Amino acid sequence: MPTIFDKSEKGKTGTSFKEESFAEEAPEEELDDKLLRSDDPGLPEVSQSELIRHYTELSKKNYGVDDGLYPLGSCTMKHNPKPMEDLAKDHRFQNHHPLASEDLVQGNLELMYELGEMLKSISGMAGITLQPAAGAHGELTGMLMIRKYHEDNGELDRRREILLPDSSHGTNPASAAVAGFDAVEIESNEEGTVDLEQLRSAVGDATAGIMLTVPNTLGIFETDITEIAEVVHDAGGLCYFDGANLNAFLGRVRPGDIGMDITHFNLHKTFSTPHGGGGPGAGPVGVKQELVPYLPVPTVEKNEDSYEFAYDRSRSIGKVNSFSGPFGIMVRAYSYIKALGDEGLREVSGNAVLNANYLKERLKGAYRVAYEGLCKHEFVLSGSGVGEGVKTVDIAKRLLDYGFHPPTVYFPLIVKEALMVEPTETESKEALDEFAEAMLSIAEEASEDPELLHEAPKTTPVGRLDETKAAREPVLRWRTEDEE
Amino acid sequence: MDFIPNTDSDRREMLEDIGVDSLEELFSDIPDDLKVEKDLVDGKGETELELKESVKAIADRNKKPGDRLSLIGAGLYDHFIPSIVSHVTGRSEFYSAYTPYQAEISQGTLTWMFEFQTEISELTGMDIANSSMYDGGSAAAEAVLMAQEYLGRDKIIVSETLNPRYRDVIETYLPLEEKQVIELGTRDGRIDRIQLDEILSSEDSISGLVVQSPNYLGIVEDLSGLKEALDDSFLIVSSNPISLGLLEPPGNFGADIVVGEGQPLGNPMNFGGPLLGLFATRKDYLRYLPGRVSGKTLDREGSEGYVMALQTREQHIKRERATSNICTNQALNALAATVYLASLGPSGLKSLAKINWDKAHYLADELTDLPGIELARNQPFFNEFAIEVPGDSCDIWEKMKENEVDLLHPDNLKGAGWEDILLVAVTEKVKKDELDHFVASMRSEVE
Repeated sequence: MPTIFDKSEKGKTGTSFKEESFAEEAPEEELDDKLLRSDDPGLPEVSQSELIRHYTELSKKNYGVDDGLYPLGSCTMKHNPKPMEDLAKDHRFQNHHPLASEDLVQGNLELMYELGEMLKSISGMAGITLQPAAGAHGELTGMLMIRKYHEDNGELDRRREILLPDSSHGTNPASAAVAGFDAVEIESNEEGTVDLEQLRSAVGDATAGIMLTVPNTLGIFETDITEIAEVVHDAGGLCYFDGANLNAFLGRVRPGDIGMDITHFNLHKTFSTPHGGGGPGAGPVGVKQELVPYLPVPTVEKNEDSYEFAYDRSRSIGKVNSFSGPFGIMVRAYSYIKALGDEGLREVSGNAVLNANYLKERLKGAYRVAYEGLCKHEFVLSGSGVGEGVKTVDIAKRLLDYGFHPPTVYFPLIVKEALMVEPTETESKEALDEFAEAMLSIAEEASEDPELLHEAPKTTPVGRLDETKAAREPVLRWRTEDEE
Repeated sequence: MDFIPNTDSDRREMLEDIGVDSLEELFSDIPDDLKVEKDLVDGKGETELELKESVKAIADRNKKPGDRLSLIGAGLYDHFIPSIVSHVTGRSEFYSAYTPYQAEISQGTLTWMFEFQTEISELTGMDIANSSMYDGGSAAAEAVLMAQEYLGRDKIIVSETLNPRYRDVIETYLPLEEKQVIELGTRDGRIDRIQLDEILSSEDSISGLVVQSPNYLGIVEDLSGLKEALDDSFLIVSSNPISLGLLEPPGNFGADIVVGEGQPLGNPMNFGGPLLGLFATRKDYLRYLPGRVSGKTLDREGSEGYVMALQTREQHIKRERATSNICTNQALNALAATVYLASLGPSGLKSLAKINWDKAHYLADELTDLPGIELARNQPFFNEFAIEVPGDSCDIWEKMKENEVDLLHPDNLKGAGWEDILLVAVTEKVKKDELDHFVASMRSEVE
């Protein structure tokens, strides 16, 4: 796969500037030699036409949700409406400095404030920070608030444990650890939900809080959630709600109403910002009244007829972002919620859950379903038992040959050979049917001609890649042939 | 609903296949008393036409950028962005893709990540770079955590001229007591070497030093000899990537980690985000690196391709023992930087850095010719500098604002004890006559 460096030729450039000298002295005269760059950086040297062809070629070796169904469980890969993209790029929004005088950027501040109000209402929370740059960043923000809360109560020395179901997203224990807590796993029961008895025996003086994902990673709503909250609260802990799966109950259930103290939003999942090949995202965090004093600064506040950044928050955990948060993502989320309106919120969750249950129904004969009852926005299948020696990875790779992005694989860990499917509400019945046909056809191939699956993919720019080699002999940057 | 394709008849058919009567019944597993009945947001939704009008009306309540001259920097800079950047990032195969977990259909993303890692390594003079952090502040905080973890030491020295917002983020991220951060003062605007030596000889368990160059006052720090003084403690340098077109990279001074805000590389200021955290280090520390990296490997036929490498460091595998909790990063911003650096190349970047230097120095020359205005610290700077002004700096800030020149409000500097100072940043976008207008406005204030 040639890189832009392989296409480089000395003397070419795609963007040049005209140097003029206005100042009295040049850098060479003012700076010590040792501070002046001695060797030019080895950046590529290419013309514009070569540059655009290289990246156009690369783009064709990619698959985005604009190319087709992208049923990655827990990732909510829905259609990203184009008006939001255009609005976010409006230069009246985009080209302001976050430290500009507040009277010059009232529009931006108004949008942030109004988005915060909407998110509070949608989650049933009393306060909000828009600073976190991603879901995991929101989790860390939440964990740091839990820390400070216990510190204020003089209990931090003993409250060192964050409880997590073993089905939780990997970021949950990692975020708890970065905040200095010990992550304590509690086993899920057969339905992947929290076992109340297990929980009762796990909580105690050391409990700082619990992190829950609802619906859980099997796509099942945690029906005992208010009891869970009670058990944790009685032990003196706080409840953190991972909002990654909000698409399942948008407009129907609010974390704040069911005993949760803190929740983050993944604006780039539920509120439809394109994922960009890995980011950027936004992970605002909503909190109950007693945690409002701990929110990061600044927050956006409304005065009589103006908006401002407010820094006055004596118990604040501090800042988690260099500036005031990923504003470009906020424009998209605000616009998306405006486009939906109140009824639209419920249409989103209604159709997301409908599509997931319909697809599950179509696939359950050919694949073992991890949980038989109604699912929410996603469901988990098992790839084991469909064919001689066939593993989930083979099914996933074969799907590539059928032109689909595979579901999330090998997660949650509590299901053997898991395939986690989240179709989202923006797929048509026709698209779901095509995907189902492909999956059924693969199940047939698995029993009749499993080699087809073992050898897949055959139609992609590269075949199955050797990840072990990449880990054992890491090559993480381009080098000239001589250097290699 | 424009974004939901199911028709009523589709829904009826699908519900029938599932064996339920209504959408509501799909939610029958949720106890009724947990459901919310009231309206949660105002309005019945907006059509695309209505939405464009209503959201643009909000944008209109901002002053139009470009109508005024802004000389605010302090970590984010308004640089020119060539058209080719948005034409590449605007390809939906890039922007509507998820994290490249399925490598065979993500070679586009994985290849540009590999290119980005190479460009940032080259720019900073380091062995390896990851494929992005959230922003300059969180990158600095992760660097401190990495140094602490690698060395098993808990204290960190932070220069007082590190961007104060980065310092805030570092303090928020450090899980234990505040004592961990030891502030290093300055002498004539550069870090105080004597104080550094004192700290190093009197304190133990020092994991490293975080220093910024050009620093918060725009001054180019002399990084030579620092690594030697620190010995095995980490030298962590935060740099403005554009300045590295002109300045010797931190890697050549022995830096262990180089971080920085990558926004100046082809990304708009975006009112503070999304931004782009840069993170580069030495290959010895590879297993401690936070975040995603793309690595080259082979497929079954022996063809070259790329995968997400060293995933065993990451949260989805290692959970609480991961090197960081980062998952979603700033991929699309990193793609913008990749294309930007490839388009400028070494010659374009060098010219750009010189133009920034030249315009900033022209402005400083002109301003310091005015009575009572002097450079606050007489040291070499890049494209940003601090001046001492006669009288109350807030009054002058206000007067400049009336003249349609926006400066960083002096309150942003007072916290660190820099009184009656104005910080001024210049990029290639600012025209000479605009600089002259600013100088003329200042002249009428101070003469």
